[in-house]
Amino acid sequence: MSDKRHIDIDKLINLGSFEVSNEEKKQFEAGIEDFLKYAEVINSAPCNDLQPASHAIQKDAFLRDDNAKIWEHMEGLLKNAPILEGTSFLVPPQKGRTGKEKEVQENLSIKEVEDYETVIGLEVHAHLKTHSKLFCSCPTEFGNAPNANTCPVCTGQPGVLPVLNKESVNMAILAGIAVNCKINKKSVFARKNYFYPDLPKAYQISQFEEPICSGGWVEIEVDGVSKKIKLNRIHMEEDAGKMVHVGAPGIWGSKASAVDYNRSSVPLIEIVTEPDISTAKEAKEYVIMLRAILVSLGICDGNLEEGSLRCDANISIRPRGTKTLGVKTEIKNMNSFKAIERAIDFEVERQKKLKKLGLPIEQETRLWDESSQKTFLMRSKEESHDYRYFPDPDLLPLTLTDELIDSLRKKVGESPLDKKRKYQKDYNLTEEESKLMMVNPEYANYFEETLKLYNNPKNIANWFFNEILSYITQEFDKFHITADDFASFLKKIDSNEISGKIGKSVIRKAFDNKKSLMEIIETEGVKQITDTKEIENLIDSILNANQDKVAEYKSGKVKLFGFFVGEIMKQSKGKANPQVVNDILKGKIG
Amino acid sequence: MTEKLTVKKIIEGYNKKEFSVSEISGKYYKKIEEEDKKYNSFITLNSSFLKESEDSQAKYQANTNNLLEGVPIGVKDNILVKDILCTCASKILSNFVSPYNATVIDRLKSVGVNFIGKTNMDEFAMGSTTENSFYGATKNPVNVDYVPGGSSGGSASCVAAGFVPAALGSDTGGSVRQPASFCGIVGYKPSYGLLSRYGLVAYGSSLDQIGTLTNTCEDAAILVKYMKGVDRNDSTSSNINPLNIDDFKQIDLKNKKIGIIRETIGENTDKRISQLILETTKKFQKYGATVEEVTIPALEYSVSIYYIIAPAEASSNLARYDGIRYGLRTTKKDVDAKTIFTETRKDGFGEEVKKRILIGNFVLSSGYYDAYYKKAQKARILLSEQFRESFAKYDFLITPTSPVLPFKIGEGVNNPLALYVADLCTIPANLSGLPAVSIPVGKVDGLPVGMQIMAKRFDDGLLLGVGEFIQKNITDGDK
Ligand SMILES: [Zn+2]
Repeated sequence: MSDKRHIDIDKLINLGSFEVSNEEKKQFEAGIEDFLKYAEVINSAPCNDLQPASHAIQKDAFLRDDNAKIWEHMEGLLKNAPILEGTSFLVPPQKGRTGKEKEVQENLSIKEVEDYETVIGLEVHAHLKTHSKLFCSCPTEFGNAPNANTCPVCTGQPGVLPVLNKESVNMAILAGIAVNCKINKKSVFARKNYFYPDLPKAYQISQFEEPICSGGWVEIEVDGVSKKIKLNRIHMEEDAGKMVHVGAPGIWGSKASAVDYNRSSVPLIEIVTEPDISTAKEAKEYVIMLRAILVSLGICDGNLEEGSLRCDANISIRPRGTKTLGVKTEIKNMNSFKAIERAIDFEVERQKKLKKLGLPIEQETRLWDESSQKTFLMRSKEESHDYRYFPDPDLLPLTLTDELIDSLRKKVGESPLDKKRKYQKDYNLTEEESKLMMVNPEYANYFEETLKLYNNPKNIANWFFNEILSYITQEFDKFHITADDFASFLKKIDSNEISGKIGKSVIRKAFDNKKSLMEIIETEGVKQITDTKEIENLIDSILNANQDKVAEYKSGKVKLFGFFVGEIMKQSKGKANPQVVNDILKGKIG
Repeated sequence: MTEKLTVKKIIEGYNKKEFSVSEISGKYYKKIEEEDKKYNSFITLNSSFLKESEDSQAKYQANTNNLLEGVPIGVKDNILVKDILCTCASKILSNFVSPYNATVIDRLKSVGVNFIGKTNMDEFAMGSTTENSFYGATKNPVNVDYVPGGSSGGSASCVAAGFVPAALGSDTGGSVRQPASFCGIVGYKPSYGLLSRYGLVAYGSSLDQIGTLTNTCEDAAILVKYMKGVDRNDSTSSNINPLNIDDFKQIDLKNKKIGIIRETIGENTDKRISQLILETTKKFQKYGATVEEVTIPALEYSVSIYYIIAPAEASSNLARYDGIRYGLRTTKKDVDAKTIFTETRKDGFGEEVKKRILIGNFVLSSGYYDAYYKKAQKARILLSEQFRESFAKYDFLITPTSPVLPFKIGEGVNNPLALYVADLCTIPANLSGLPAVSIPVGKVDGLPVGMQIMAKRFDDGLLLGVGEFIQKNITDGDK
C-alpha cells in the first residue's frame, strides 16, 4: 500500500474542519508521512484471517428500557453556550449551501431521442414511536420549547456515552419481519462523520457494514398489477436536531439559525430499496404501502408533512434494454406522496433533456422545491462527503436471540395488502374502498373495531366512506368518533330509531361540536318518534286541520296521501318514523 | 503530617481522631498554593474544597461520616466534576464548566471523597510529557528539569509532590502508568470496563480507562472499590466483580508463575532499566515464584496499531468541539456556519491534537480504511490472542513501564516518533483490555524507574494484591 499511498493534505484538513497556514500544512504533511511509514509495519502482521473488531473484549451491550425522563439541569447546558437565542443555540447562516447550477443552452444540437427507462431506488427514513430517544432517556415528543427535551448525551457534551433503547431495536425487528427481511443476529453501530450545526457530536450514530435487517421486499399494486419491490436493508440510526432559520423565511438567504436539539437522537429506521422501481407512480405506491405497513405495526405515525416519514430518491435513466446503471442524482425534500411522484417525474424529464442536448448527467444531490415544482442543485459530487464510517467504539455489537425474533414475529399481523384483498373478497367492498382501508391502517383498524360490534361490513363502509370521511379534510387526520359510538349509531339506523336523513345530520353535528354520535342523538332529541300513540295524535290533529283535503282524497285524489305524510313529517321535525306514519295514516283514511 | 500520607492512613487517622479533615485539607491546600508554582500540577483548584472539608469534619463529629469521608484527591482535567471547569488542557474548552458529574466522581462523592482540584495534562490526553498543555508544562517533582510523563502528568506530579494522597488519571496507551513510573509512584490502569467511562472526555474510546495515581497498590484498590461496577450510562462497563478488591489483602508470590516479556527488555530498552527489572524479578524467586522470559511476537505491531486506532477514534471524538454549544467560539465577524467550525478549531486546538486528527482522518478515509484502520483492528485481535495464550501459562506478565528514563523538558518536542515508540510497554494492556500497574522499583541516575505488572482481564484485585506485596517486601527496601 505504501507505494500507492497519497496524502491529500487539503482533503484531510477539510475533514478535520480547521484552517492551517501553508507552513503548518507542510509540517503536518511531513509528520503524517513519517508516521505512516512507521505505521506500515503492521502490513506484515499475520492477521488477515482474523475478524476485525473494535474491542478486544467479548461482551454483549446492554440495552436501556424505553422510559422517558426529562433531564433537569438544562440551565447547566445553556450556560456554556457562546450565543443563545431564547433556549436555542444561535449560529450564523450556512453560506454557499446550494451549488451553482450549470447553464443549459437551449440552442445546442438536439441528439436523436433514444428510448430511456428509469431506474429508481428509494431511501425512506421513519421515526420510531418510542417514548424515549435512541441513545438517551429524553422524551421524543414534539412541540416543546427548544432544547427542553435534551440532556448531555443528545447535545453531544464532552464525556457522554450512548446507551441503546431496547424498544427501538424491537421496532426495527418488527419492521424487518413485516417487509420480509433477514434479521441479522449481529449488527454493528457505526459513526458517520460530518460537520453540521444540527449534528451535535459531528457524527451520526448509524449502521453501515452490518445493519439489523438485510434483503426483503414490499409487494405493491400499480393499476391492478402486483410487483415486489426488492429491499437492500433496514438500518437503525439517530435523527439530527432542527435549525429554525431566524430572519428571512426559507432555507436560503436567512440571517441566522437557531439550533434546537429536541429531535436530536430520536430513533429512525432507514429502509433502503434496491434500484428496483421503474416509474414515479411505482415509487409513490411503494411509499404509500410502506407507510401503511409501518403505521399498522404501530411503530411509526407516518406523517410526511411533519417529517416522521421522509423519503429520498436515487434516480437514473438508461437506454431501454441496457443493463448498466446510469449516473444517478439524489432528490431530497419530498414532503408528500404527490411531491414524490412529481419530483421524480420532473427529475426524469430533466435527465432526458440533458441527454437530448448531449450533455452529461452529473452525480449530485438535488432538492425538490414545492413552490416552483422543480428540483434544485444542493451539492455536486465534488462537494460530497467522505463520511469515514467506522464501528462506534462506545457501543458493542448488538446481538439478538432467536427467542426475541420469534416472539416479535408473532406480533406481526396481516399485511395491509392482504387486508385489502380480504375486504374486497369477504366483505364485498369496492376496489376503491378497500384500497383506502389499506392506505390508511387507522381506517382499517376502525373498520375492524366497528365490525366486531356491528356485523354489516357493507353498511359500515357506506356510512364511513360517504359520511364520516367527508368531514375529514386532511389525509390521515384523526377523528374523534369511536368505533363503539359508530356501531351504536349504525344499530339505531337499522332499527329505524333514526332515519337515514337524520343520521347524516347527526354526523355533521357530531363533527361540528366535537361530540359523540350518541351524545348528539340524546341531547338534540333527534330520535325517531315510534310511539304510535304520539304519532296517532299528530295525524289526528293534521287531518282535523285539513278536512277539505281529506274529502278530496276520499273522492279519489290519491296523490294527496303524500301531502299528509309531508305535513306530518314537517310537524314532527322529521322525527316521526315514516313506516309507522304510513301504517296509521292508511288505517285512518283508507 | 508526614510528607506522603496514604489514603489508608488518612482514613485511619480521621477515625482515631489523630487529625481532623480540616487540618489535613488545609495543609494540603496551603502546600499547593505555596509550592505548585514549581510544578504546575493543577489547572483549577476547587474553590469550595475547604468548605466541603469542613462539612466532612462535621460528619465525623456527628458520627455520620462515610467510608472515605474527607479524603482529598486530585482529578485529571478530562474527568467532569459538576460546576467546575473541565478544560482538557485545551484552549477550546478553557471556559467549559461541567454540567454533570462523571460516574466515578458521583460514586466517590457518595462515600465522602472531596476533590481538591483539576490536574494538568497533555491536551485531550494526547502526549506523554504533559508539555502539550494550553496551561504550560508540568514538571517532575523528583527533578524539575524533567517531564513528569503524561498525559496524566499533573496527577502524577501532585501525588509525587505530596499535594494529595491520590489522584485520578486516564490511561489510553499508558497515560497513568508512564507518569507514575517517571515520578516514582504507583499508577494503575484497570481492566477495560471495570470503571465507567461516563464523564471521561473521550480520546480513544475503545482504549480509554480511568486509573489511579497513588503511593501504594492498596490505595489504588481502596479507590477502585468505590468506583467500580456496571454503569447504566456506559454500555461497555461490566458487572464482573474482581476478587480481592472488596476485601483487599496483600497476595504473596508463592507458586505464582511470572513471565517477563522478552521484547520489552531488548535492545530498544535502556540497559540500566532492563537490569533493574531483572534484578527485581530475580528476588521474586526467593518468595516462591517461578520467573521465566516469555515472548509475545505481535508486540512489535502494538505501537503501530495504537497510533492508527487511537487517532481514528480521536478524530471523531474531537469533532464535537465546533463552537456551537460550549467552549471557545471564534470572535471573527461576518462568518458563516462553516467558518465558525474552522476558525474555532484552528484557534482552539494545539499542534499535536491537530496532527492526530489528520492522521485519524487519513486512516479512516475512503481508499485507506481497509489498509490501515481495518488492518489495525485485526492486528489488535492477533495481539490480544497472544496475550490470552500467555496468560494460560502465567499469572502475571512483567515489563518495564517505560523503555527509557524520563525525558528532559523540551527533549521530545523534535522527535515525536521517539515518544510514540516509548509507549511500547504500556500500549498492549489498552489494546487487549488488560489491567496493569506500574510500581516504582528504584532509580537510575537519580530518576525513578517503574516496573509494569499485567494480569488477566478482571484479575485487578490479584494484580494489586501482588503489587502491594512486592512493594512492601521487595522494592521499598531498595529505595
Ligand atoms: Zn437526551
